[in-house]
Order: sequence, then C-alpha cells, then structure tokens
Amino acid sequence: MNSLNTYLIISAFLFSIGLVGVLQRRNLIGMLISVELMLNGANLNFMAFNRFLTPEPVVGQIIALAIMGLAAAEAAIGLSIILALYRKMHSINIEQAQRLKG
Amino acid sequence: MDTSSSLTALAQAAFWITIGFTITGACIAVFARNILYNVLGLALALTGVAGIYLFLGSLFIALMQLLIYVGAICIAIVFAIMLSRPLHLDTPPRPMPKVVMAVAASAVFFIGLAGVALKTKWVPAIERSTDYSVVTIGHMFLTRYELVFEVISLVLLVAIIGAIITAGFSRRLSS
Repeated sequence: MNSLNTYLIISAFLFSIGLVGVLQRRNLIGMLISVELMLNGANLNFMAFNRFLTPEPVVGQIIALAIMGLAAAEAAIGLSIILALYRKMHSINIEQAQRLKG
Repeated sequence: MDTSSSLTALAQAAFWITIGFTITGACIAVFARNILYNVLGLALALTGVAGIYLFLGSLFIALMQLLIYVGAICIAIVFAIMLSRPLHLDTPPRPMPKVVMAVAASAVFFIGLAGVALKTKWVPAIERSTDYSVVTIGHMFLTRYELVFEVISLVLLVAIIGAIITAGFSRRLSS
C-alpha cells in the first residue's frame, strides 16, 4: 500500500529524535527512554525491509524479536545501574557522576 | 468499486494517523521537561510503532511490541522514576548551545540517512513467499535460527543475574 521509502523515513526520524535525546538530556532515565526510541527505529527498519524485499518474511520478524529481547535486557541492566548510582550519589544527573573523570 | 476505493482511503487515513501518534509521542518523549510526560510519550510512540507493524503485515510482532515494550519496559521505567528528583521542584534551564548542537548533529544524521534511503534503488527478491504465520516463525526459531533463540535466552539470564547483583550489592555496601 505504502512504499518502502515512507517506512524508511519514519524509522530514520525515530532514530534521529532518539539521538537528540541521548545528546541533550542530563537525566539518566531520559537518556534510557531515548535509547529505546532509537532501538525502535532500527526495529522498524528491519520490519520494513522484511515486508518489501526479502525472499522469506520470517527472517526479519525473528531479528525484530531478538532486538526486543536485547532491549528488555538493556532496560533491566540500565535501571539497576541507575538504582546503584542513586544510592551512591543521591542524584541521577549524569553531570554529577564524575568520580572517574581523569 | 466505490466501496473498495473508500476503504483504501480509510486505510490510508488510519496509516497517517498512526504515524502522527508515533511522531507526537516521540517528540513528547524527548522534549518535555517532566519525566512522567516523557514516559507517557514513550508509551504513545511505542503503541504507534505497534500499529505500523500491523500495516507491515505482522500481527505477531505487533502483539509482542505491545507486550514487551509498552507492558514491561515502560512499567519498569515508571518504577525507576520514583528515584528521580522530586517533581514539584522547578528544573534548571537547559543549556542552549548543547541543545542547538544536539539538534544540528541529529539533523545532519537524519538528512544523510534519508538521502541514502531515497537514492538507493531497492530491488526486491525475485521469489517472495507470503508466509507470515506464527507456526512458521516457531518452526524457524527452533530449527534454522536456533542460535538466535539460545543467545537471547543466555543474554536474558545474564541480564537478570547482573541486575540483581548490581542492585543488591550496592545496598549491602551502603548500609
């Protein structure tokens, strides 16, 4: 119905707006949210190629599922690191987490 | 003839409304100052992406998106927000040069990516099967793509253990 280029532009937009968030937020949770948006952009790209180009439409869906599993693992690890950092620093602002600064 | 064309127009309108939801949610998730609005925007954007998966023909992935992202990850982030700074304090202003540079860098990236996507001549495969059923996905997951399945299981196990240890050890050290 819609062409491949529409989906590619949407996924590029999602990835770019996630990049804006990662570069300019100072709140660790805000950065985590932006990373989730970037992962979704990549996932949408895989599904679009899967719909329009590949010989077997199973492969892209399997890759998309794998990325979702990785995103869940990443969120769990990231949130537990935020928890540990908050207990040490009493803040989740990344500009105060500078103890390892050289 | 008339009904089919009006149905197509309806589907097209639904497609663009879904895309509007996705983009609005992404903008709220990145640019709003209140962290709770960020999470709600993220949930809106992820639901919109699930709708786009429906338009791409895969009901299974759309349901998985709703279940994993909207159901699990957003709720986990809401738990973590309880650690954020108190919501009633007013937030410090954003440093303007940082925002401008971030937007400029991302705009360059977006233009490059969109240029590559539009310039390339995409050639579909000659023979394409149209088998989107869950049965086929399950068969492939346990035969040819067994390695993906096992690696994801291992990564999830390591992530669970690592999360427990990271959150638990710091509690023991600080108390």
